[in-house]
Amino acid sequence: MSATHPPSPVSQRPSAVNLTPLDWAKKNLFSDWFNSLLTILVGFVLINTVIGFLRWAFSTAKWSVIPTNLPLFFVGRFPANQYWRMWLLLTLIALLAGLTWGVLAQMATRLFSRSVLIGVGLAALVIVLMPLPSVEGGAPLLVRLKLLGLVALVLAAAWVGRWLGQRKSGLGNWLSLAWGLSFFVGLWLMAGGLGLPVVSTTAWGGLLLTAFMSLVSIVLSFPFGVLLALGRQSSLPVIRWLSTIYIEVVRGVPLIAILFIGLIMIPLFLPQNIRLDLVLRATLGLTLFTAAYLAETVRGGLQAIPKGQYEAASSLGLNTPLSMVLIVLPQALKISIPAIVGLFISLLQDTTLVSIVGLFDLLGISRSILANPQFIGRYAEVYLFIGLLYWGLCYAMSQGSRRLEKQLKTSH
Amino acid sequence: MTQFQTETIGDNTADNQPMIIAENVEKWYDNGFHVLKGVSLTVSKGEVVVVMGPSGSGKSTFIRTFNALESYQKGSILVDGMKLSHDLKNIESIRREVGMVFQQFNLFPHLTVLQNITLSPIWVRRWPKAKAQEVAMQLLERVGILEQAHKFPGQLSGGQQQRVAIARSLAMQPKVMLFDEPTSALDPEMVREVLDVMRSLADSGMTMVCVTHEVGFAREVADRVVLMDSGYLVEENTPQEFFSNPREDRTQKFLSQIL
Ligand SMILES: Nc1ncnc2c1ncn2[C@@H]1O[C@H](COP(=O)(O)OP(=O)(O)OP(=O)(O)O)[C@@H](O)[C@H]1O
Ligand SMILES: [Mg+2]
Repeated sequence: MSATHPPSPVSQRPSAVNLTPLDWAKKNLFSDWFNSLLTILVGFVLINTVIGFLRWAFSTAKWSVIPTNLPLFFVGRFPANQYWRMWLLLTLIALLAGLTWGVLAQMATRLFSRSVLIGVGLAALVIVLMPLPSVEGGAPLLVRLKLLGLVALVLAAAWVGRWLGQRKSGLGNWLSLAWGLSFFVGLWLMAGGLGLPVVSTTAWGGLLLTAFMSLVSIVLSFPFGVLLALGRQSSLPVIRWLSTIYIEVVRGVPLIAILFIGLIMIPLFLPQNIRLDLVLRATLGLTLFTAAYLAETVRGGLQAIPKGQYEAASSLGLNTPLSMVLIVLPQALKISIPAIVGLFISLLQDTTLVSIVGLFDLLGISRSILANPQFIGRYAEVYLFIGLLYWGLCYAMSQGSRRLEKQLKTSH
Repeated sequence: MTQFQTETIGDNTADNQPMIIAENVEKWYDNGFHVLKGVSLTVSKGEVVVVMGPSGSGKSTFIRTFNALESYQKGSILVDGMKLSHDLKNIESIRREVGMVFQQFNLFPHLTVLQNITLSPIWVRRWPKAKAQEVAMQLLERVGILEQAHKFPGQLSGGQQQRVAIARSLAMQPKVMLFDEPTSALDPEMVREVLDVMRSLADSGMTMVCVTHEVGFAREVADRVVLMDSGYLVEENTPQEFFSNPREDRTQKFLSQIL
């Protein structure tokens, strides 16, 4: 899995570091005739593929489909005159992300390490150089300036967060609270109401919808999954059976079936006058699906906790809920982090299935763009682009989980 | 786990009153194994009782019934005047008064030493954090590892971990302490530091029931030594008599094996 990584081989073979490139190649690529043959063959295939791709990317491909539809990719059919709300949301996220980064890195000797600086440089380069259409979204220059401003905001907030973190303890709790509140602020900015023009969820799309559904499903499926895992271990038979039945049934049904059930069957159970929003139903389906898998993952973690931990907790007078919350769950969840993050990454990828039930998530909106006669046949360009976006999101998640693991390991 | 309840019977402030009264305790494990066959033992306040016996004789099972880590099917157990029985709940109020130290320490690995000790006073006794920490620091000083307060259990030696475990139990200010082979998992050079702590605890007047094979400790510290064998309590005697002049052949045989 991407979240687990073997120790760097360099540290085990310090001699390899001092080799010249030529020596290295001799040793690793051309050590005998069979290896040399393999190297040449693989090199040939690789070079051909890369050349073929580059030729396509720079001559045949018509990339204009990406910049022209950039707003669609990112926010779907969100009304253009309300884009400022998305910018505000991004600002909020950038601010909190920067602060969190700074607080977490308060022990690190250098906040802006070389890899961070390279990343920032690349981001700035992309922002300045990427082609932008001059459509309703605002003048290209303005968009570039706004994006650069966001990057600067993240860096500044990180610096402030670190400065504050070194002087005050307990900032973590405040940040968690701020993240919690920002979810509702974000919801308000997305949906409107309370003084803002209402934007229907049918107008949500693209990355916005994908991120929203993933985030809500992650946040909701986590506690639900943990409860199911505990339920499956409960000493009360009814709770144990219900949890087991739920988990086994959901794990036996493909997600797409659950999404269709959510779409078609849930309305049948509800009274006529209540109509659950389509986005809500799909998110609920994703949540219920993920929770069952999460429950099994957490159960694995729970089983890894030795009996002695339960006995020590009860001999100290802790009741079952307290020993679960204070002793068992913290340890069980920590063990399960890599597997849980793996689940969340597949959840993010599974959100693409909602495009089949008529929602315009990143994949759905791409398909609707491709259905436009103007962009007919631009599959490769569009899918490559959204593939890159998905990869970026998943990679960020797995990196985040590695950081979290490291953080928890050092405090162990 | 079977639920127990506690009910207070009279008050026991007078000296030399019983702290634990176990009468004809019988227990079968779920697989039908008859592990305790009518065991009776009375432990007075301030007394130190050492339980010995061959492996598998039911020593652990027996002392674990005192804080309801194990249920039992027949007989009765009174702890500090509170009756432990099956069909009733509120087991926690007995566990609050009974500390237990395990062979494998069972410290909470995700918490620091200080957090291990203050956890229960804060959450069960509802002490303010400052008070719990103050008491914890005093206890750590008493068991001789004040400087380790902010380390995690995994960073300590076995002997240090066991002393933390003792301090953690003491932080609840129990009326009885149960020890289940507290030195068996330790390297020989660490046994002494733990026994020294237990000795000073006994000197301070704590009521203690210890399963241990440390003959030296039993001779010097115990008020009484009892021998268990295959679910029976075979002999109950003073340490001098137990080790030099046992009443039962079974004890004689056991001693010849361990001495
Ligand atoms: N959960 C269980 N189910 C069935 N039998 C058990 C269970 N736990 C323990 N036993 C059996 O009960 C007997 C007594 O166990 P116990 O742990 O009380 O012995 P002990 O005197 O403490 O031995 P030791 O010196 O090895 O710790 C053993 O024969 C053991 O195999
Ligand atoms: Mg034992």
